Amino acid sequence: MYSFNYRRVSSVDEAVAALGKAEDGKLMAGGMTLLPTMKQRLAQPSDLIDLSGVGALAGIKREGNRIVIGAMTRHADVADSAEVRSAIPALAHLAGRIGDPQVRNRGTIGGSIANADPAADYPAAVVGLGATVHTNQREIAGDDFFTGMFDTALEDGEIITAVSFPVPEKAAYVKFPNPASRYAVVGVMVARTGGGVRVAVTGAGPSVFRVPAMEAALAKSFSAAALDGITVAADDLNTDIHASAEYRAHLVGVMAARAVAAAG
Amino acid sequence: MSVRVTMTLNGKEVSAEVEDRTLLVSMLREKLGMTGTHVGCDTSQCGACVVHVDGRSVKSCTVLAAQCDGASVTTIEGLAKGNTLHPMQEAFRDNHGLQCGFCTPGMVMSALDLVARNPDPSEHEIREWLEGNLCRCTGYHNIVKSIKAGAQAMRGGK
Repeated sequence: MYSFNYRRVSSVDEAVAALGKAEDGKLMAGGMTLLPTMKQRLAQPSDLIDLSGVGALAGIKREGNRIVIGAMTRHADVADSAEVRSAIPALAHLAGRIGDPQVRNRGTIGGSIANADPAADYPAAVVGLGATVHTNQREIAGDDFFTGMFDTALEDGEIITAVSFPVPEKAAYVKFPNPASRYAVVGVMVARTGGGVRVAVTGAGPSVFRVPAMEAALAKSFSAAALDGITVAADDLNTDIHASAEYRAHLVGVMAARAVAAAG
Repeated sequence: MSVRVTMTLNGKEVSAEVEDRTLLVSMLREKLGMTGTHVGCDTSQCGACVVHVDGRSVKSCTVLAAQCDGASVTTIEGLAKGNTLHPMQEAFRDNHGLQCGFCTPGMVMSALDLVARNPDPSEHEIREWLEGNLCRCTGYHNIVKSIKAGAQAMRGGK
């Protein structure tokens, strides 16, 4: 790792001020992606601003028909939360299958979505459940948050404070995990709400995306059979050592059908 | 930049001057002489470096020492009481839960986090929990047996 200045802050305002003063400052949440990236010398921030001391950013609460999860809430706490498990079991299931237990003990929802890894699990939940991302400056609709590979709508100095998820009628997340990393080769969140059906795919493309043809078919008939014959084009999907674009396109259909069946 | 890190390590307060970029595992091994925690892959995959920070298992190659200022850290050295092994360590010995032994400290620390959450884990739950711990002797079968026996001993033999 290259040298940097470490700073632990206790409030969002302090974090913003520290970022402003730093030559090339970087926020750290759980550090589960950032620290390995820095160890490989792929990132070289001048200052690392640790948000773990900002108590106000952690925690889970129910507000009316929404589950609100603080940005610094660890994956293990989302997976184990009685509130999440009863209101949105698909979300607890997703959080409980990120990485491994030690990664889930450190990694956070805010850190994960700010990083916007194309193979991360949480983007499928943010888009698939129609969540809202709350920052120190505004609210961003889940559909508008992810703008590309490792790219989000966040501005410089903007800090995620929480993510709120409307409670769906039913939902399920199914992924085909990479057997070593547990990242999603393809992961699909399917959710039915009063407003219709949402199908969000992570792992397959440069960034999470919805599949309107599947959503329309499931809105008419919420069954795995309704997805028969609906395919996604491989053109814009990822090819890497783990899977070709064609294979990923195939997996989207398989994972979506399994998610619909799991949602019941 | 350097920083003074003070933590409770295995029940005792310790302190050391480290660089801002020093990893927890480096501080444990190189500054504090606690070499029971191993560095295997150094890329947060293998789990040889698992320790507990404030009661939760973490990979100490992927945590900065500075992040642990004020924390309570437990390593493999903190488990035995004098010459009496912790029941989980004893179970690994009884069940031949190690071959070369390199992964063992991480396996034991990971197992204890599992048992803290789930005092009576099934074989399937143990295998799922060990996703983040690699044994390159591929001796998983006896490791799983050890953890099941260790959990039973910790429940008082029931």
